[in-house]
Amino acid sequence: MKHMSFKTFKGGIHPGHFKRATEGKPTVPARPPATVVIPLAQHIGAPCEPLVAVGDEVKMGQKIGDSKGFVSAPVHSSVSGKVIQIGMCNHVLGRPVQAVYIESDGQDTWHEDIKPNPNYEELSDGELKKIIREAGIVGMGGATFPTHVKLSPPPDKKIEFVIVNAAECEPYLTSDHRAMLESPDDIVIGLKLVMKAVNAPKGYIGIEDNKPDAVEAMKKAAAGEANIEVHALHTKYPQGAEKQLINVFTGREVPSGGLPMDVSCVVQNVGTCIAVSEAVRLGRPLIERIVTITGSGINEPKNMRVRVGTMISEVIEQCGGFKENIRKMILGGPMMGLAQPSADLPVIKGTSGILCLTDAEVKIHEIKPCIKCAKCSDVCPVSIMPLFIGGAVEHGLYEKAEAFNAMDCIECGCCTYVCPAKRPLVQWIRMAKGDIAAKRRK
Amino acid sequence: MEVKLVVSSSPHLRTPESIQSVMSDVLLALFPAAIAGVIFFGYQALLTMVLCMLAAMVTEAVILRDKNILGDGSAAVTGLLLAMVLPPAPPWWLPVIGGVVAITIGKQVFGGIGNNIFNPALVARAILMVSWAAHMTGWLSPLDLTTAATPLPLAAKGVQTGFVSLFFGTVPGSIGETSAFALLLGAAWLFYKGHIDWRIPGGYLGTVFIMGVFLAGSGSLTAMVSAGLFHVLAGGVMLGALFMATDMVTSPVTARGKLIFGVGCGLITMLVRLYGIYPEGVTFAILLMNAVTPLIDSATLPRKFGEVTK
Repeated sequence: MKHMSFKTFKGGIHPGHFKRATEGKPTVPARPPATVVIPLAQHIGAPCEPLVAVGDEVKMGQKIGDSKGFVSAPVHSSVSGKVIQIGMCNHVLGRPVQAVYIESDGQDTWHEDIKPNPNYEELSDGELKKIIREAGIVGMGGATFPTHVKLSPPPDKKIEFVIVNAAECEPYLTSDHRAMLESPDDIVIGLKLVMKAVNAPKGYIGIEDNKPDAVEAMKKAAAGEANIEVHALHTKYPQGAEKQLINVFTGREVPSGGLPMDVSCVVQNVGTCIAVSEAVRLGRPLIERIVTITGSGINEPKNMRVRVGTMISEVIEQCGGFKENIRKMILGGPMMGLAQPSADLPVIKGTSGILCLTDAEVKIHEIKPCIKCAKCSDVCPVSIMPLFIGGAVEHGLYEKAEAFNAMDCIECGCCTYVCPAKRPLVQWIRMAKGDIAAKRRK
Repeated sequence: MEVKLVVSSSPHLRTPESIQSVMSDVLLALFPAAIAGVIFFGYQALLTMVLCMLAAMVTEAVILRDKNILGDGSAAVTGLLLAMVLPPAPPWWLPVIGGVVAITIGKQVFGGIGNNIFNPALVARAILMVSWAAHMTGWLSPLDLTTAATPLPLAAKGVQTGFVSLFFGTVPGSIGETSAFALLLGAAWLFYKGHIDWRIPGGYLGTVFIMGVFLAGSGSLTAMVSAGLFHVLAGGVMLGALFMATDMVTSPVTARGKLIFGVGCGLITMLVRLYGIYPEGVTFAILLMNAVTPLIDSATLPRKFGEVTK
């Protein structure tokens, strides 16, 4: 196995890891909830229409929502029981979405169509993509892009490399780490199935070197695969950003405004690979995932296997509840996660972590003038100039922000992390991106 | 459960650094040279430093209507830097006027911290130099405090100064400029903290050295290299390259820009030293390069990741 000398990507930061609270504990299954709230929009793309009505009996894994749009993914019931309501629920992105409320009968009866497929290795690429779509699989790193769409590039874009994103570069999060220790074979099978679906000759698995046990486990699991290489990557945030991951493995840069397929690559999260394996081998749709519940604001930090649709408040309760001085609840990691006004919303396919921060860790900073220290530009992984973009947005100069490449920002947060003047750079850049995108749509 | 949760934009982690902590780091980095200045030039140097810093801090507090004269620490840094480039025993009103001028004309008229184009301490020094030339050239020998000439004009007359004295600072000069050793010690702290990188000091000192070798030295290779080394250690170049030119607000933000800036400073410094009427060119070199910094920045913007070349 040829060993590449691993360069790291340009820029990036070294925040603390904060993973010790959960990385050494085995993942535990959550107690199945009495009611689940399954949002019909858990992915990028067209929201689903409900396929069930109030009063319908549903089985676990039954498709309860679908869409005619190409960029979409169906949703399934994560329990067996009865549909009690079709209404609105809170969503991590802030706007309420339509959802199917199902009361569980406590039986967890799988739908009869869900059967293992012993001959899964004979499936064609087209058949694999159909299964992946029907299983409702979306990117589980958090972006929730429908996987079957990602695996259907136009015919002129040949895929050379499938890269498994096992970096898990966000502080606090350990769900992918645990998945690698607990289901390494599923990850390799999932990778191989994805490679088959896009006819890619080579697969890579990239793991940050702060997880040496995971590197070991994955190297062992992939040992027999001639065209799969496992590599330990220099731990630096955001090594798991897909453009940076591609750059480190292939030396290529995804072109500005382009996609990984433009440099013949496809990147998939560890959790997505496992979901692919379970869908293809066992016929199971995506109805549960590992969530890291952590932070000094939760009483019992741990990784849990949680059913999609479980209310976050329920998950919090199963982890001993919030501490007295809880001040912020973030869905995702501390660098790119979304702070929530309440725990009154369901776990969805992209919920990688629930991070609970206390008073001492939550500071509202006063914004000071830019002192041109350029630390933001030094750490920017895409070499744009956050200080200039931020300065433009501060004065409402959105065209200037666009000229300074605001649209290329990957919103990793490195710039904002290092700024001594505590300027909300990513927030400003996001405002500019929104304005620029809206103008372009006109 | 009725809990009040804060909702704010990502990222939710920040470095503990602040403008204040950066300024504290700079003050700490200036300490060795400041202490050296007091050891060499006595209580009057200390008084000059205190007067500069107080004048600067009070001026800023008054303009900003801040009850706390410590502020964000930037006025204290400006005050100390100004004192470091003053002669050791000026009349008390000189550092006071200098401090006031540095903060008002050098900084606040531009809009306060982050907005000034020129290094405030050097603006004050330039104004003091043209207004009170005699007071600004009252050089003293370290420790015995007798009137003496500084190494640069001495060299122009053919009188050499030993490298050991130049390195440790036992030569006449402004309060903080003489000891390369003390300055390098302090600068190491700034390098370690990531507040400065090699480009500006490297470009500046490298250019001074090369120009010294080829334009100020003659004869043997040893003589030429000595000339280069002399120009690096003598005068205010070490202080200028490590602490003045590297001032964040007034120097370029781009990597290539910093190098160009450093080289430009070195070039102008040496042109003034070798062909101009002033013995030292650091003040004007840095101020002139400050003026073209915005231009340098726009000309050296980095290639973004995934830049599609048309």
